[in-house]
Amino acid sequence: MSFVTVSDIFQSYGKRPILERVNLEVAEGEFVSIVGASGCGKSTFLRLLLAQERPTRGSISIEGRPPAQEPDRDRGVVFQRYSVFPHMTVRGNLIAAEELGGERAGLLPRFFGARRREAAKRADAALERIGLAHVADQYPASLSGGMQQRLAIAQALAGRPRVLLLDEPFGALDPGTRLAMHAFLQDLRAETNMTVFMVSHDLEEAFKLGDRVLVFDKPRWDPIEPEAWGATITYDFDARDGGIPFQNRPFAETPTSQAQEDDHVPQV
Amino acid sequence: MRWINRRPGRLVAFGLAALPFALAVLGYVIASDLRRAANPADKLLPAPAQILDTALSLATEADRRSGDVLLWLDTSASLIRLAEGALISASMGLVFGLLIGLIPGIRTTLAPFVSVISLIPPLAILPILFIVFGLGEVSKVALIAIGIAPVLIRDIAQRTAEIPEEMIVKAQTLGASTWAIITRVALPQVLPRLIGALRLSLGPAWLFLIAAEAIASTEGLGYRIFLVRRYFAMDVIIPYVIWITLLAFLMDLGLRQLHRRAFPWAGPAT
Ligand SMILES: Nc1ncnc2c1ncn2[C@@H]1O[C@H](COP(=O)(O)OP(=O)(O)OP(=O)(O)O)[C@@H](O)[C@H]1O
Ligand SMILES: [Mg+2]
Repeated sequence: MSFVTVSDIFQSYGKRPILERVNLEVAEGEFVSIVGASGCGKSTFLRLLLAQERPTRGSISIEGRPPAQEPDRDRGVVFQRYSVFPHMTVRGNLIAAEELGGERAGLLPRFFGARRREAAKRADAALERIGLAHVADQYPASLSGGMQQRLAIAQALAGRPRVLLLDEPFGALDPGTRLAMHAFLQDLRAETNMTVFMVSHDLEEAFKLGDRVLVFDKPRWDPIEPEAWGATITYDFDARDGGIPFQNRPFAETPTSQAQEDDHVPQV
Repeated sequence: MRWINRRPGRLVAFGLAALPFALAVLGYVIASDLRRAANPADKLLPAPAQILDTALSLATEADRRSGDVLLWLDTSASLIRLAEGALISASMGLVFGLLIGLIPGIRTTLAPFVSVISLIPPLAILPILFIVFGLGEVSKVALIAIGIAPVLIRDIAQRTAEIPEEMIVKAQTLGASTWAIITRVALPQVLPRLIGALRLSLGPAWLFLIAAEAIASTEGLGYRIFLVRRYFAMDVIIPYVIWITLLAFLMDLGLRQLHRRAFPWAGPAT
């Protein structure tokens, strides 16, 4: 059964079409990678899934419910940057994930007393698991890029979303850290069976992590006016079971990339 | 070595920084000496010793007529006005800045209005304030508030709008309401900016304070300076100006310390 249903989405900014005729059905627990040329509208598609914007035409629904009007707790998100709150400590960021949407006791959306201690305990447990316990009291600015993204993912998951949206979450990380993050994300997925959409510029990453890989591209191309048409999903690869037959292609088995994939040593 | 690459050592740096001050003092002493050599009764550039003398008596001796020690009377009157004006402006800056920066409906309603208000030269409406609020404290505090609040509001609104969209969206996906976003995400992030903006506004605030005191007041630092101007009492004016400068410096220093202590995550204040 389709969990996320995208039906006939069009999105234009002004008169300029960005996306056209996007249709998609995703089952619960699927990991969908999204790739495509720069500027083709991947982030736009993610913003639509997030309900940060509403499409010019068409609709997106989760579990058959009416389309969301604004971002809500069903959708967790991690961007490439600015995904954690710089004015809160690492632990504070995780506690805030509960506080912000929690029921308010007084005037401030903040926990006090026993409630805060409970939340802090859960936060510390999560930090232990993602290997950030030793920096719990530091501010994000003093963390490395990989640590910040781990915190951002943990924070998004602390909100218990139905769908997790990742926009180039590892785009700014070095290759070693990236591999560690892949392992981290795969572990989390195995635990939560969350539905994930991930935009990536790295094909290998997209196929490694994804159950499906969607390619966004313009089906029609006007050489005189390249902006006349929008992009849509032009390929929808099955990337499970090692991506057979797709990943049997030589590029996935070159010695270097194979060696890299086995190299799961965290270098964060 | 190129000049742009020559860095003075610690001691030299200190000496270089002190040099202009020393030269200014020296220049004054020489000019004062020359004038008094020509005319021993000269009042324009009194001797440093006389300035010190007057300053000391201003700070320690009660005035013959009122029985108050003038310097402290003036200082407390001025600082209270300044603090009230700054407090009111800062609160308005925070409240309206956050609302304008975050809520489109309020931005559409208020942003153009605030922009226009901020173009009014505050001193031009000082007479209106005197007419409306009388010659008491209210009009002076109001002048300071009207003078710096629009700037603070615009600055905070700008800073609020500059908070990355990603962060606001992230908060929403965690279930945050508008109130939660204002109080937990936006407010803490603009508070350090408020201190920075306030530091920049203190200069204008002093200007408006002294202007208001000069025109209608019975005590205050600005009042005293303009009062004794009639008697060419440079030995009073000069210590007062130095004292005002020192106060302004200490306030700036205090705000900078506050920034550093209260917002360790925000990096050093500039
Ligand atoms: N709010 C907006 N208003 C107008 N145009 C926009 C807006 N957001 C995006 N665009 C345009 O839409 C196009 C698609 O942008 P989008 O960010 O979705 O691309 P992308 O596929 O994520 O690219 P990248 O790989 O570089 O991140 C771009 O040409 C961009 O200039
Ligand atoms: Mg993008």
